[in-house]
This record gives sequence, structure tokens and C-alpha cells, in this order.
Amino acid sequence: MAEPTRVDAVSRRTVLKGIAGAAGLVSIPAIIAACSSTTSSSAPSAAASTGASTPPASTAPGASTAVGTVHVGSNHSDPGEKGAMEAINAAFTKDTGIAVVLNTVDHGTFQDQITNYLGGTPDTGYTWFSGFRLKFFADQGFNIPIDDVWAKVKGNFTDGFAQSVVGNDGKVYGIPVDYYPWAVFYRKDVFADKKYTVPATWEEFVALCTKMQADGLTPIAFGDKDGWPAMGTFDILNLRLNGYTFHTDLLAGKAKWTDPKVTKVFEQWAKMIPFQAKDYAGLTWQQAADTLVQKKSGMYLLGLFVSSQFAATKKPEDIAALDFFPFPSLGTEFDAEKALDAPIDTWQIAAKSPNLATETDTAKAYLEYWAKGATQELMFKGQPGLIPTANDANTSSYSDLQKKAVEVVSAAKRITQFLDRDTRSDFAGSNGMQSFLLKFLADPTQDLTKYQASIQAFWDQLPPLV
Amino acid sequence: MSGPTPPPGASALPGQQTGGADVRPVGRRRRYSVLTRRDRVTMALMVGIPTVLFISFIWLPTIASIFLSFTNWRGISALTANNFIGLKNYETLFTTYPFFWPAVWHNVLWLVTFVFIATPIGIFIAVLLDREMRGTRIYQSAFFIPVVLSLAIVGFIWEQMYTSQGFINSVLGHTSSNTAIDFLGNPTINIWAVLVAAGWRHVGYVMVLYLAGLKSVDPTLREAASIDGANARQTFFRVVFPVMKPINIVIIVITVIESLRAFDIAYIINRGKNGLELLSILITNNSISEASLIGFGSAIAVVLLVISLVPIVIFLTRTMRGDST
Amino acid sequence: MTADAAPVAATAVKVKHHSRFRWQRLFLHVFLIGLALVWLFPILWTLFTALRPYGDTIADGAVSFPKTLNFDNFVTAWTVGDLPKYFVNTLIVAIPGVILTLWISSMLGFIFARFSFRANLLLLMMFTAGNLLPPQVIIVPLYRVYLALPLPVPLSDHGVLYDTYFGIILIHVIFQTGFCTFVLSNYMKTISRELTEAALVDGAGLFTIYSRVILPLCRPALAALAVLEFTFIYNDFFWALILMSTGNKRPITSALNNFQGSFFTDQNVLAAMSFLVAVPTIIVYLVLSKQFVRGLTLGSTKG
Repeated sequence: MAEPTRVDAVSRRTVLKGIAGAAGLVSIPAIIAACSSTTSSSAPSAAASTGASTPPASTAPGASTAVGTVHVGSNHSDPGEKGAMEAINAAFTKDTGIAVVLNTVDHGTFQDQITNYLGGTPDTGYTWFSGFRLKFFADQGFNIPIDDVWAKVKGNFTDGFAQSVVGNDGKVYGIPVDYYPWAVFYRKDVFADKKYTVPATWEEFVALCTKMQADGLTPIAFGDKDGWPAMGTFDILNLRLNGYTFHTDLLAGKAKWTDPKVTKVFEQWAKMIPFQAKDYAGLTWQQAADTLVQKKSGMYLLGLFVSSQFAATKKPEDIAALDFFPFPSLGTEFDAEKALDAPIDTWQIAAKSPNLATETDTAKAYLEYWAKGATQELMFKGQPGLIPTANDANTSSYSDLQKKAVEVVSAAKRITQFLDRDTRSDFAGSNGMQSFLLKFLADPTQDLTKYQASIQAFWDQLPPLV
Repeated sequence: MSGPTPPPGASALPGQQTGGADVRPVGRRRRYSVLTRRDRVTMALMVGIPTVLFISFIWLPTIASIFLSFTNWRGISALTANNFIGLKNYETLFTTYPFFWPAVWHNVLWLVTFVFIATPIGIFIAVLLDREMRGTRIYQSAFFIPVVLSLAIVGFIWEQMYTSQGFINSVLGHTSSNTAIDFLGNPTINIWAVLVAAGWRHVGYVMVLYLAGLKSVDPTLREAASIDGANARQTFFRVVFPVMKPINIVIIVITVIESLRAFDIAYIINRGKNGLELLSILITNNSISEASLIGFGSAIAVVLLVISLVPIVIFLTRTMRGDST
Repeated sequence: MTADAAPVAATAVKVKHHSRFRWQRLFLHVFLIGLALVWLFPILWTLFTALRPYGDTIADGAVSFPKTLNFDNFVTAWTVGDLPKYFVNTLIVAIPGVILTLWISSMLGFIFARFSFRANLLLLMMFTAGNLLPPQVIIVPLYRVYLALPLPVPLSDHGVLYDTYFGIILIHVIFQTGFCTFVLSNYMKTISRELTEAALVDGAGLFTIYSRVILPLCRPALAALAVLEFTFIYNDFFWALILMSTGNKRPITSALNNFQGSFFTDQNVLAAMSFLVAVPTIIVYLVLSKQFVRGLTLGSTKG
């Protein structure tokens, strides 16, 4: 077995020499520095779906000779939105000379890792939401207040939007940039074809569902694999049946889940379930929306972002067919509130950004730029489901659908941000409210007292919020 | 394959310095020449650096996990004495947290399915392929290719089979939303759907390990058995299987560890809820999430650690014992 | 007479054995071919789905004779999904990762194989145990460690270990070292001691013995482990998912998490992408199957 040592070991030696010893980690940084770069995510060469104009690629960090740089983190991971981000960043750089370094993270992952992100090495500017989640992180000191920026731009926003970015201490922490209502979507052509009329009351709604079922359609499309879509149904039923105040109290922990008012919600929901898609638990919302596109379902309670699935078909007859109506009234005093979920997205500045010292000003300029209608319209082009918040946004290009969305939200006396944005994240997460709602949907006839008690018990065992 | 372990007769004597002089071995008792100082530095570095890395990045965090499990820390503000809550996390975990026992059950199901179904199938295929015949390499490759795929890809591939428009439902004609079998969404059956996908991969892994082991079985044993008139099954169960004991242990240990580590497939399908809860995903969903319940998540991690230590210790004692005899 | 009858009878039995044998063989092959096809089916189905335009699948159903077959989905997956970038990311992690792992494990294995300090056993146990731990057990404190440990700027964008290639490579190396050390130390034990001792007599230092004597002889084991480790690192989903926050720096398997849902509304493109991501490891296996299998079995079969 003993073989004479082969001098061929030279090649291995050269390799080992490069790595030998602690100081020898020279070769590796060189490779990594050459390959890794935090340049903006490269523009997809074939931007799929929504006809976003493919812009010139965002500037590389090396070009930050002008006035400075700003690192921004975004959850706009869909191709259309990503293209829009790049257009916006390019326009921003052109206008101000500030280079933008964009970090795009998948939408879901961005949320999941937000605590790690904000507490770790966040980008200076980042996308986030409004509601409880904004207030929570502001309270933890993860954001810097931007009252100075707000003072400059507040004229461009309604009161409702102004309220949505204020923290618990009264300071402003974000710029509201887009919103989308949750409503019941349907295809105009299918309704015309089958002579359906838009229901205004619950009874009409149920009657319509029955008719649709008889016609072989799935009356209510539904895809709850991701867990959160079901919250939209809970929200709207709770708002209509029990009112805005109870809803916000419940989500803040001031009211209890064992309250009989909550039972009413679940009982009402149970009446909807026979009309819902049966395979909802294995479908994402996109797949459920596809059933609406393909005329296999009649209606879909979802946010305006459902329009991206229609835009993806690139067929004008599909895109034009999409319409919605607000969730029907349930015959209670709260119908008059016309309350609905209209989550607002924001841009904020992270207090723990490693570049905060040098980038505070550039980040504030970036946020100010986003407060302009013109900027928001660029995102709107990439994702027509996200309606600009700025007053000076040019609404003439809005489709009928979008104009209607603006009307409905303006008419609403009460707006909520969606269950998982209005309450604690440890309550609303994957192994939290998402699972509880799935459990209900799997067996709507179960003992609701026990079920509600389990939700309350879950809330009670949550540790204090720091 | 390694041969018999040489006796640990030759060993350097630490602590002796002779300034680099080499001692020529004398007589039959061979000794290493005393190590030079340079050699000892080299050895210290060779062993020391990895050990330091290991301790810092694996064992210290493990201890930290245990430590954190007694707190309700969220990782946002500093950790103070106020955060200590003793065994409260464990109490909540075992009594009121509604997702713990389902996760344990699913891990147990994973383990049982792997040990009693996937592994035996792998062994069976290995036994079938352990003979002189054409094409054995091709068959082996066919069964082994799923093993070289990442579990995330396995998840994607099997999603194509399981969705409402996927293969199985299409073949059965159940593609409409009312009639489709909800393999991924139905909480009673989705764990089985995932187990089929994971088992599909595990079978190949076991097959290859077992085949290698079979090849090392002394052929004279088999000949002796066949001379005695044993048929194939008797030969396997009475002669081969007992001899393969070390391999069997390794395979069992690997199977157990794989089932405790299960994460990727369930995560990629639906983030581990609605019938796909697993201990590993509960840990990440609690701790590495917006919720950031680090203390609570660490308690789950400790439970997983304690359970994992059982097969790890078994593996170590067996192999190390084999090492030193 | 019995002397004649015996061989005749024996041949008769042998002949009978043979024909039954042949039938058994045939049956075995048929069974195995069937089983192998069933086994490969999901992958083949993914390929088939990937070759069809999504519109066709919706119109005709998934199980239908294809009207058109083209590579459009693959092109879309490649370009829109920006796969080349992610493959490069993977190489940035995998190549140094494999090299470092093998280097460190071979050194450790050398020491463990050649010297019998009492600590050896303990250390080896510690390394191997670490390898077997589920990564989720340590992820929370590890994440915090990564956020706290400084790393100079050329290697890190933010000055910490978190969200760097170096950090990902490091954790891979640490996690895989146990297994490789175990395998290599076993392998090295089979190398004759006379070789080492001759070198020592010649005045060679420890490192020289290691690099010029032992390491070259371990080439088969190193090759096997290199193939195996490359596949493990390529297929890792968890580490980069958690320890890397920059979306476009992630290696391909972890990046997969981003590709579902709204990124690809089209299931067939998703199938194409799955296939493209699976191809490198399949090719590595098919080309290097001997090394692959050897690597797996070296660790588990001991005399």
C-alpha cells in the first residue's frame, strides 16, 4: 500500500499555499469582493406581466460621486413592481444626483425577517406598513421620526393618510405611498352573460351565490395557503357586524375573543363557506385569482392587487372585465360606517442603519421624493393594484376600476389596515391567527365556544410586548 | 473503505522537548520521533483553530439556546434580569401552546414512516440490486437521483403532482375546485403527501448506503448459507442482516436525524402550518420572524436538542467504541 | 453406476435451475424497470410540464397530449428569474466552502489518525455531534453572533459577519467539518505508518508530512468528499435563508423561496425553474457517481 510520494503534490500545494495560515485568506476576499456587490438588483431583461417600462439600470454605488448615496430596502419583489422601483430610483438619481442602492427581498421573507432586519443591518430607507406594525417598531426605536420631511409634504395628503403614519408618541415615522381597498371582485362579462346583478345586501349575496353554484361556477374564489387571505373575510364581517370600535378593540386586546360578538362573525362566515372553493387550503391567492380570470369562479373577496393577475394575461378583454363591489351590508347599524380594509404602505427610515450618519439626509430626500404624486404614479404603472396616496397624483390615467377604488375608500368613514397589520405580529403569524382561521375553515360547525377560547388562550400566553 | 484500525501503539509524548532532535526508532516498539516545536505549533493550529470555531459557532450557541429558553427575551431591547421567567416557556409549550403537540406528532410520524417504510424499501431495493446483473448502475442512478436534489426542489417537484391541476388530480379527473383532492391543503392528508415526497428521496439514500455495506459482507458467509440450503430470504435475514449490524445502526441513526431535521419541504409548501407543523419550523416561525419570540423559540429548540441527542449519543458511542477496540 | 448418475443428475438440476433462474431474472428486470420509471416519474413530469406553455395546460388539462413543446418557460425562468446571478452566488459559496472544508478536515483527520491524544476522541465526538445537530437548534443565538461579530469591509458590506458570503461559507465549513474529518481520519488510518515515519526520519515537519505525504494519497477520498460536499452546500436551503438578508446575494436554493407566488404566476415556468436548478446536481452525480457514492459510504461503512 505504501506508494512513493508523488511530486504531483505541487498543484495542491499551490492551492493550499493560497489558503495556508490566517493571513492567507487573501485569495478569498479578492474573489468575493470581485463578485459580490451591493449594486441594485439587475433589471430583468424580460420584464414579464404588467408592461412596466424597463428603465435604465439603477446606478452602481461607484457612481456616488454626486451628492451622496442612499441604501433602500424594498419588498417589491414581483417583476412589475421591481421594474417600477428601478424606474423610480433612476428618476430620483436624475433629479437629485443621489445614487440609490436597492435591496429587493421577496415580499413574504421581508416581513418575516423584519425584526432581524431592522435590528441588524437594515438599509436606510425601507418599505413597510401602517397601523400597529408601524407604531410597534417606532416604539422600539427602530425608526427615526421624520417630522421635518412631513412638514414639507403634508399638504399633499388627506387627514386619513396623515393619521396612518403617526406613532404612539405623536411623531411622524413614515410617508404613506399607496393603498388598496379590499372588496368583492368579479368579471363584468360573466355577470352580464349570466344576468347576475351586483348584490347590495347579504340576502342578495347569498341568493347570487346559490345561482352561481347552480350555474356550475364556484361562487366565492378563495386561496388561503398563505394563511393571511382569510383575515380579509374576518375583518369585513367583524366590521360590518360589530363595528370599527369593537374590531380595533379586539385586535388591541381590549376586547376578548370569547365575546359573543365574535361568535356572530364566525356563524356568519359559516354561511359563506358552502359557497367557497373547496380546495382553498392548497391554493395561493394568485391561483385562486386565476380561477376568477378563467371564469371558473364568480366572485373573490381580495385586495385590489388581484388586478395584477388579470394584467398578467395581457389580454385587454380580461383586463377590462375586472370590476368590484364593496362587501354587502349585513343589516346592522354599522353598515353606515362603510368600513373596509384599505391597507396603506409606507416608506420609513431605519434608525439602526449602519449608514445612518451619512445617509440621513439622502434618505429624507428619498422619502420626500416618494411623497410626490409623480413618483407614486411610476409604481402604480408597475402594479396597478397600488393606488397612489398623494393628492397631486394624476388620476386621469386611472382606469374605471381604479377611479372606483378611490371613490369607495373616500366614501368610507372608517378604514382599517388588515388584521395582521392592526395587531401584534406574534398573534397574527403563521403559527398564530393564520392557523386558527384555517382551523375554523376546516370545520365551521365545530364548538365555537371552545374554538374562541383557544384563540383567547393563545393571546393570553403571549409574552409582554417588551 | 477503511481497513482495521491500527493499534494506538505509537504516540508522541507531549510535554517533552528535545529541541528538534530526531530519534531513530529502536527495536520493534516504534515510536514517533519527538515532535519539534514547530511541529507542535503546527499541530496546535491545525486542531486549535477548528476547535475554537466549532465551540464558538456551535456549542456556545447551543448553550445560549438553553440559557435563552428560560427568558422571554425578544431580542429588541437588552437582555435583563427581568426577562428571566424560569420554566414558564416550557409550561406554556407543553400545556397551552396549541401547535407544539401537533408538531411533535408530525415529527414522530416522520420518524416512524422513515424507519418502518422508507428505510425498509431502500434496503429491499439494495438487496435486489446486490447481484451480478446488467444495468445495476442504471437502476441505482434512477433511485439515487432524488437524493442529489435539494429538499426545496423536491417540494416543488411534488407540488406539481399534488395541486388541484397537478398530475394526480388530473389523472383522477378531479380538477375542479369541488372535486380536487387537496393533498397540500387538507390537514389530515398533507403530512402524508409530504412524507411520500421525503420518503421518495430517503429510499435512495438508504439504498446506496446499504449496497455499499452489502458489498463488504464476506461472500463465504453467503456461500456457506447456500450450501446449507438456505433460500434467498433466509440467507438475508439470518446471515446477512445480523452481520450488517454496524451499517444498520448507522442507517437508523441517519434516518432518525433526518426526520428530526425535517424543514425544507414543509416550509416551502406552506411555512409549516395547517397540518405541516414541525418542531424545526416552529422554532424559526417563533424566533426568526416578525414576532421574534426568541425565548419561547429557544425553548422549542431545547426540546429538539434533547430529542436529537438520543440518536447522536448512540451514534457516537457505537462508532467511538468501534474506534478504540 | 452412481458415479455416472451423479454428474448427470447434477447437470439436470443445474439446467432446471438455469431456466427458472432466467425467468426470475427477467421478472426482476421488469420489476426494477417499472419501479425505476415510477421513481423517476415526478422529475420527468416536471420536465414535461416545463416544456408546455401554461395556456395549453390550462386549456387542455395537465395530463394531455401536448400541442406544443418549447423551451420558452426555461428561457423565462432563466431571464426573469435571473438564474445566472444566483448560480454565480452559489459558486461563490460552494467552491471556497468545499476547499476550506476539505482542507480543515484533512488536517484534523491527519492529527486524529496519526496521534492518539486522549483529547482526540472527545474532539472527534464533538465535531461529529455538531454535524448531526439540527441547525434550527442553534440558529437564534447564531444569528445574534453573526450580527455582533465584526468583519472588515472588503469582506462585508456592513462590517459584521451577517449577510456576507464569508459568513455563509464559514457556517457551511463548520457544519460539514465533522463528517469530513470522520471520513478522512478513517481513511488516513489505512495509510501505512511507514510512510510517515520515513518522512519523519528524513526530517520532515508535521505540515510537510501532511501536505506532501498524506494528502496526495487521500485523493480518492478527497474527490469523493468534494463531490458530496458540493452537493450538500448547493442544496442547502436554511443557512442563507436566515443568515443573509440581501435578496440578490443568496445562493440559488435559498433564493427559491422567492420564486413562488406572484413572482411566477405561471406554474409551468416554476416547473422549468425547478428543473434548471436541479440540473447541476444531477449532472454532477451522473458524471461523478462513483466518487459520490464512495463519499457517502466512506463515512458509514467501517470494517
